[in-house]
Amino acid sequence: MKKVMMKGVEAIGEAAIKAGCRNYFGYPITPQSELTEYMARRLPEVGGSFLQAESEVAAVNMLYGASSVGKRVMTSTSSPGFSLMQEGISYIACAQLPAVFVNVVRGGPGLGDIQPSQGDYFQATKGGGHGDYRLIVLSPSTVQEATELTLLAFDLADKYRNPVLIFADGLLGQMMEPVAFEEKEITYDNSHWALTGSKNRPPRQVTSFNIDPYGLEKMNIELQKKYRQVEANETRYEEFLIEDADILIVAHGTVGRIAKSVVRMAREEGLKIGLFRPITLYPYPYDALSKAAQEKSLVLTVEMSSGQMLEDVKLAVCGKTKIEFYGRMAGVVPTPEEIFTHLKTLIRGQ
Amino acid sequence: MEFTAVYKMPDSLSKKPFTYCPGCHHGIVHRLVAEVIDELGIREKTIIVAPVGCSVFAYEFFNTDGTVAPHGRATAVATGMKRARPDLVVFTYQGDGDLAAIGTAETIHTANRGERVTTIFINNAIYGMTGGQMAPTTLLGMKTTTSPYGRSPEREGYPVHMCEILKELKGVAFLARTKVTTPKDVLTTKKYIKKAFLAQTKDIGYGLVEVLSTCPTNWGMPPIKAMQWLEQNMVVEYPLGVFVDKVGEEK
Ligand SMILES: Cc1ncc(C[n+]2csc(CCOP(=O)(O)OP(=O)(O)O)c2C)c(N)n1
Ligand code: SF4
Ligand SMILES: [Mg+2]
Repeated sequence: MKKVMMKGVEAIGEAAIKAGCRNYFGYPITPQSELTEYMARRLPEVGGSFLQAESEVAAVNMLYGASSVGKRVMTSTSSPGFSLMQEGISYIACAQLPAVFVNVVRGGPGLGDIQPSQGDYFQATKGGGHGDYRLIVLSPSTVQEATELTLLAFDLADKYRNPVLIFADGLLGQMMEPVAFEEKEITYDNSHWALTGSKNRPPRQVTSFNIDPYGLEKMNIELQKKYRQVEANETRYEEFLIEDADILIVAHGTVGRIAKSVVRMAREEGLKIGLFRPITLYPYPYDALSKAAQEKSLVLTVEMSSGQMLEDVKLAVCGKTKIEFYGRMAGVVPTPEEIFTHLKTLIRGQ
Repeated sequence: MEFTAVYKMPDSLSKKPFTYCPGCHHGIVHRLVAEVIDELGIREKTIIVAPVGCSVFAYEFFNTDGTVAPHGRATAVATGMKRARPDLVVFTYQGDGDLAAIGTAETIHTANRGERVTTIFINNAIYGMTGGQMAPTTLLGMKTTTSPYGRSPEREGYPVHMCEILKELKGVAFLARTKVTTPKDVLTTKKYIKKAFLAQTKDIGYGLVEVLSTCPTNWGMPPIKAMQWLEQNMVVEYPLGVFVDKVGEEK
């Protein structure tokens, strides 16, 4: 495959086009506006439609509309904008519409800053909007992986008729790396549910509404069944030098990549460190992590947050291995050196 | 002997019984919209976007494909549909709280972009579904559950006139305010609704028809009195007529 140099967010945009996405709706926000701009440039070239919405609230609802008539759709935003989309995401999830979201997470809370962060982990993985729904969440750690996960996102969205989120950050979004695009055949079938006009068939409805609690509970049960399938089939993670490792670092996304450097530094000094990197944040790889953490002396969770994924690590490890946490917040990116220094302090204390 | 049907339920209604209160104008307007869809022969490519409000079930009452949008976002949903499938006919059906309060931004920008979308706007000066709270269109002095002392301009501001705001936007192709209290009004309203659809199907721009409507239940009046109150009060505040017409007369 031919490699091209691309900025993270633009590579995500191109991957979306390769996945057959022809409808994009979005509202500018740093640090992802280049993705919005890329789609504005590229979509007309491939016969698609780009629309700058009046707000993220409007954008998510435009997505709802375009998805309900059977098209592959995407929007991208950053933290405050993603907060505004939550009501719409809940509707999309309940109405079982496929849609792909990109949140290039920035430092928060509030207006925060525009630097890389993972502080929206809870929002992404534990709801964000109202009600019992789940978002499939993919966390890439390189530009190449971001393109692959974008292609996957569209397939998962259609396969499960569920919103899928690419959970990125400004570092990944702004970084230039060589990427190769997988040429994939695009197949998906929505002929049994999309609103295409009721020609030669009875009218159909796309809805997240059922005034009867028993009816709505049935819809919920159906959703939950689907989520169990997603959990059984779609859990993804990477293990790096974990077999002989004594200590396990758990980190995702950009921090997963930084942690890989820490593992290499440690190995050079003869320290047996391994990395467990969740790729799907929902479904979270609880079982795999539980296994990976067995008989390790320590699990160190590293995040660009106050310890949000830490709660899932604790659930996976279930008290069997000691867990430590190292995090930077608000858009501060930890360096491999500082993580390694922290790790050595922990080892000395053991 | 051969019989010719002179009056029947429009094909574009689903036959599901309406859930509206006696004397509520939602039902009349539904029927008019369905008649227009029938007459234009567009039922099999029409999609309704229902709002959150008393007409939340509208997507079940029409014999067309449909959905229900989050409160206030019907025109954004419709925009998404039209951008993805310009060959479909998409209309939103919205109340005053939906269109003129929580969804004001979507309303203005959809109109301003001249989306090829049609909106039926039910102005009953109240939040019907949630039990009679103040709407942006509630009249001055009017008592509602959240303006129990009567709407005062100092506290709650003035009634919002959507047609007068929207008429300034160049994307609008048809815009009118009407009522359905007399047979003549009903016929006029149907004509307006048809034009608002033609604005879309002829690819001219955005079409909106505002219908001054009764809510006997939350106004606390019997249906006939509600009609009179509408005539004597709402029509004074909200002048009827055509604000924008780029569709022209049918040949
Ligand atoms: C985000 C959100 N806020 C509030 C509500 C509650 N709510 C439902 S309908 C409604 C008002 C409806 O009034 P209107 O649009 O005038 O329609 P009507 O019932 O009068 O026809 C409100 C506030 C909601 N469903 N969603
Ligand atoms: S509450 Fe008012 S608007 Fe709602 S159905 Fe009854 S009369 Fe109509
Ligand atoms: Mg109302």
